[in-house]
This record gives sequence, C-alpha cells and structure tokens, in this order.
Amino acid sequence: MSEAYHHPLMKYVRKGALRQPHCSGCGNGIIAQCMLRAIDELGLDMGKVAFVSGIGCSSWIPSPFFNADMLHTTHGRPLAFATGVKLGNPELRVVVFTGDGDGAAIGGNHLIHASRRNIEILTVLVNNRIYGMTGGQVAPTTPHGMKTSTTPYGNLEHPFDLSKLVEAAGASYVARWTAFHVKQLVSSIKKGLLKEGFAFIEVETPCPVQYGRYTGVKDPVESLLMLKRLSVPVSKARSMSEEELEGRIVIGEFVDRDVVGLTKAYSRLLAEVGA
Amino acid sequence: MKTPVEKILEPGTHFMMGNEACALGAIVAGCRYFAFYPITPANEIAEHMSTLLPKVGGVYMQMEDEIASIASVIGSSWVGRKSMTATSGPGFSLMQENIGYAIMTETPCVIVDVQRCGPSTGTVSLPMQGDVYQARHGSHGEYETIALAPSSVKDTFLLTIEAFNLAEAYRTPVTVLSDALVGHLTESVEIPDPSTITIIERKRPKEPPEECRPFLSEDVAPMPIFGSGYRVHVTGSTHDERGFREVERPLFIDNVVRKICMKIQKHRNEIVKVETRYLEDADVALLAYGSVARSALYVVKRAREEGLKVGYARLITLWPFPDDAILDVARKVNKIMVLENNMGQIVNEVRRVVGCEAEVTFLPPRILGTIHEPSYTIKKLNEVYE
Repeated sequence: MSEAYHHPLMKYVRKGALRQPHCSGCGNGIIAQCMLRAIDELGLDMGKVAFVSGIGCSSWIPSPFFNADMLHTTHGRPLAFATGVKLGNPELRVVVFTGDGDGAAIGGNHLIHASRRNIEILTVLVNNRIYGMTGGQVAPTTPHGMKTSTTPYGNLEHPFDLSKLVEAAGASYVARWTAFHVKQLVSSIKKGLLKEGFAFIEVETPCPVQYGRYTGVKDPVESLLMLKRLSVPVSKARSMSEEELEGRIVIGEFVDRDVVGLTKAYSRLLAEVGA
Repeated sequence: MKTPVEKILEPGTHFMMGNEACALGAIVAGCRYFAFYPITPANEIAEHMSTLLPKVGGVYMQMEDEIASIASVIGSSWVGRKSMTATSGPGFSLMQENIGYAIMTETPCVIVDVQRCGPSTGTVSLPMQGDVYQARHGSHGEYETIALAPSSVKDTFLLTIEAFNLAEAYRTPVTVLSDALVGHLTESVEIPDPSTITIIERKRPKEPPEECRPFLSEDVAPMPIFGSGYRVHVTGSTHDERGFREVERPLFIDNVVRKICMKIQKHRNEIVKVETRYLEDADVALLAYGSVARSALYVVKRAREEGLKVGYARLITLWPFPDDAILDVARKVNKIMVLENNMGQIVNEVRRVVGCEAEVTFLPPRILGTIHEPSYTIKKLNEVYE
C-alpha cells in the first residue's frame, strides 16, 4: 500500500489548484474530466492548448484547474478574447468554456458572430438553465413558467435553443449532450478539438443547488438521472411532434461539416498580400 | 532589400491625415493586431490598418462591437502581438470594463480615442475633449493609467509609437486621446527614418516556469506568452503574483490595487512629458493639450508680438498627471489660463497641483465643439493679464 494512487488525468491538473469551487452534485466536475479525457485520448500537448473562460460557474472548470495557458476573462466576453488569441497565434488550439448566462445572455452576440465567422475555436457551453453563482436568477434558458429567485410568479419568457441558434449562424460542428452522456461527450469534444472551424458543444448539466431549489429535484444523483430521462436522441426526435418534444432535451450531433475556418482563410490572405 | 515596413513608409515629407499617421505609427511601433468597430471620426485608422497590416503579416479584425474589439486585442496581446484598437467616445464607453481587465491583468495594448462631441451619440465629426476623465476613471475600481494627447499629425505618428512603448514597458493599456480635429486634419509631416525610432518590447521571463512570478511587481513583472510553456493563469479577479485567484482575503486585494497603482506612480517622472515655451519671462501661461494647444500656441506668439509676456505649456501626457512639471510652470508665472474644449476637466488637476503658486483661470472655446478663435482668446487673455 506504499504506492500512492495517481489519477491518470492528474498530469493535466495545475499544481496547487485542486480545491474545487463547485457545489456537490454539480456537473462541472464531470465535464472537466470529459475534456481532460478527450485531450488525453488525442495525445494533445496541453502546453499548446489555450483555455478561455468568462464569468460564472462554468468558467471555473478550466480556471485555474487545467494546467495550460488560461485566460479567465470578463462576463460574456470569452469568445471575443479567444478570437484575438486564435488569430494572434493560429498554432494554438483554443477552447472556450462558457455558460448559458455568459454565452447566451450577456455574450449572446459574440456567440452568434464567432459561429458566423467559423473561427477555429471549440466552445463548450455548460447549460444549467439558471444563474447558479449569483443565486438562482432566471436565465435565457430557463423553461417557460418556471419560478426562480427573480421570477417568483413564473417565467413569462421562452428558452433559447442554443444549438439551433449556433447552427443557423454557421458553425462547423454542433452537438448537445448532458452531463450523464459522458462517453458521447468525450467523443464529441475530440471531434470539436480537431475541427478546423467553429465547434460548439452544449452540455446540459445538473444544478441541484439552485435549479433544484425550484424544481424540487435537489438530490445530485436524481438530478443527473432526470437529464437522462428527459433526453431524446436527435434521430428519434425527428419523428416526434413539437408537443411530444416539449420539455425534452434533444441530444446528439446536429452539424458536422467542413467549411474553411477564419484563421485558415486569413493565412491564405496573408500569403497573397503579405510579405 | 527593403523591409515590409520600409515599403509602406518612406522617410521624408508626407502630406497626410492624423488618422493615417496613427495607423502608420502603430505599424512602425510593431503593432500586428488591430480590432475595430466602425465609428466616426476614427474610421480612417481602420481603413489604413486593414490595408497595411496584411502586408506586414499582421491581423486586422472587424469585430461585432467595441467590447469585442478590446477583448480580442487583449487576447492577442497574450499570444505576444502588439495590439491596438481605435474608437470614439461611445465605443470608448463600451470598452471601459475590458480596459479595466487589461489594467488588472497587466496586458499591454493601445486604445486610440478620436474624441467627438458627447454625451451619447452627440455630434460625430466635431472635436471635443470630453473624454479626459473617462480615460482616467472610466473603468470601475481603483487604478492608475496612461493617456497621451497629440496636437498635430506628426504628434499622432510619434505618440502612437510612444503609446506602444509605454504599454510594453509598463504592461498596461495606454490611451491616445486624439480628437476629430487632429484625426481629420491633413498637414505636411516629416516622417523620420524608422531606424532612428526607439521601439520598446515587453520583458519576457528568463526563469523557468515554476519560478516565474508573472504579475504584481512595482517594477513590472515579466510577461509569459501563451504557448511558450509557462502555462500562465490570467484572471481579472484579484490574484497573487503567480496569477492564482484569491478573492477572499483583504491582504491580497490590497496587494493587487497597490501594485497596479504603484507600477505607474513610481515611474511617473519617466512617463510624463510636457512641452513648455516662452516661460522665462512670462507673467501668464496658457496651458492646453491636444488640438486646443495649436490655437493656444498661435495666441501666445500673437500676444508676444503685442508685448504681452505670455508663456505656453502643452500637456503631452494627460495621465498620470504631470504634477511636478505643472508646479514648475506655476512657480514661473503669476497666472495660468487653462484652455480646453469642454466645460473644465484637466483644469481641476491644474488647480489641485498649483495650489497658491499661481492663479488659475479656465477658458472653453466661445462655442463648444469648435476651436478657440484666437481673437476671442486674446480678448480673454487681456482681461486676465490686467
């Protein structure tokens, strides 16, 4: 028993950054592990991956946990910062971690334009359908009618379908999974990391503390299983009516196409015009 | 064999616009990333940058708004590119949160604000010096910053280079406060041989990553670049010298604020520049900056022809405010007349510094948004002189 047990992914974790800020039952730890597994399985050099995140629970998945270059930025803007990182050094693989508040509310415009530009960035948008860090306020992803700390009479608005939005804006790769679907998520992240265009993976994640406060599902395991129960594969969803899909989570790959990414297009421009 | 920069810009006399001189100065300084959102009266900077940058291997990006422009500029600086954005008042307002991020994360970059009339949409193509305090205190929280004010086309060329040098030397965003008059002014300008121009590069770490302390030194910490093996952690939250987030203990918060302020305050006298003329025998000094200084200098020369002992002081650096240099001016004269194209911004700094050493008066133009008409200034000068 003298040999200490080492987690095989510990080599990707920053020294002194083990203390986790996430609540018990949060899906962020699962998503962090899926990202590191994907990097490990691809054999990528973490020294050549730059992580960029915004503000919110999801932004603390890579910061400071991952042992890589890390830009922990302002609320809603990680994709704009990442655009400068990627165009400034196209050799770096750039991964953005964002949430539904960060990426779809305050940063929604940047998400649309990063998709339209088809810049070679992998974005993992962690969707817990609520503002967790600030105390359970309504988000642009909160279901219609749901009570939150700022919709005490129920949510009048309807939630965003972010994957559809990103698909329409022009991304090269779009997929949605939940924190329950770890194998599919790892496989998707691997595709996204290698995609030479904008790759977007939406991950529905349990938030038993804030979201669970209002749904009544506060048990971590139960909230993860709820995501599983609500999920419908995209192949099956195609033959379902809108009523049948109400409240369900359509999972799977929605887009996987090869279109020239922005930094590649820019490097061609440099070759034509440049010195 | 000419370098790409030499192909773009021949030394010698050129007839060009202030905004073009800004773009050329940036290229000479080594700027290789420029992000922009269209806004008058700054558009010519972007038009020139979008043409020139690809010729020198640089990147031009038109972003979806000014928030994204400054964000991508900061991102690009962390991969080692000298980066710049340009805008006018409304865009400068949108950038403020991320300018604070650049200050907090000690990211070198240059922001050009070609000021127009505000508040709000205001008037797009008339000059006003309304953003002086915004350049100083526009972002939330406590910090020090650097802002420069060009008065001419040549000034715009040289001060854009200076802005990059200061940004690199002190690892901080630097603002160039131009205005619609200087930006759209076309005049002849003597461009020096680029080989005679000093270009400063940021300090990079020499120590191994585990020993590197990339943040919070009063004498400017070395800046590791993404992808160079340092695996640096950059955050806008309060952090320690390694960049680790530390947001609970007041001692760490105190350390961050003091260090980013002291980094500028300690080096204030190396940073600030003031141009003074005709002060030896002067009773009254006209003090101005930016486009207004052109009219002020003209008035000083005219007044001297009329026998008035009038001196001239031009602030080249607005922030940090050149306290010592302005106190020196005050000690040489009895009165200082501050000319600004606003309702009185920098005059408050002059009053703070001068105390009882000289009497300070303020003169806006007869009509805000226009230049100080010399005849009007001379009339007011005579009232002060008596």
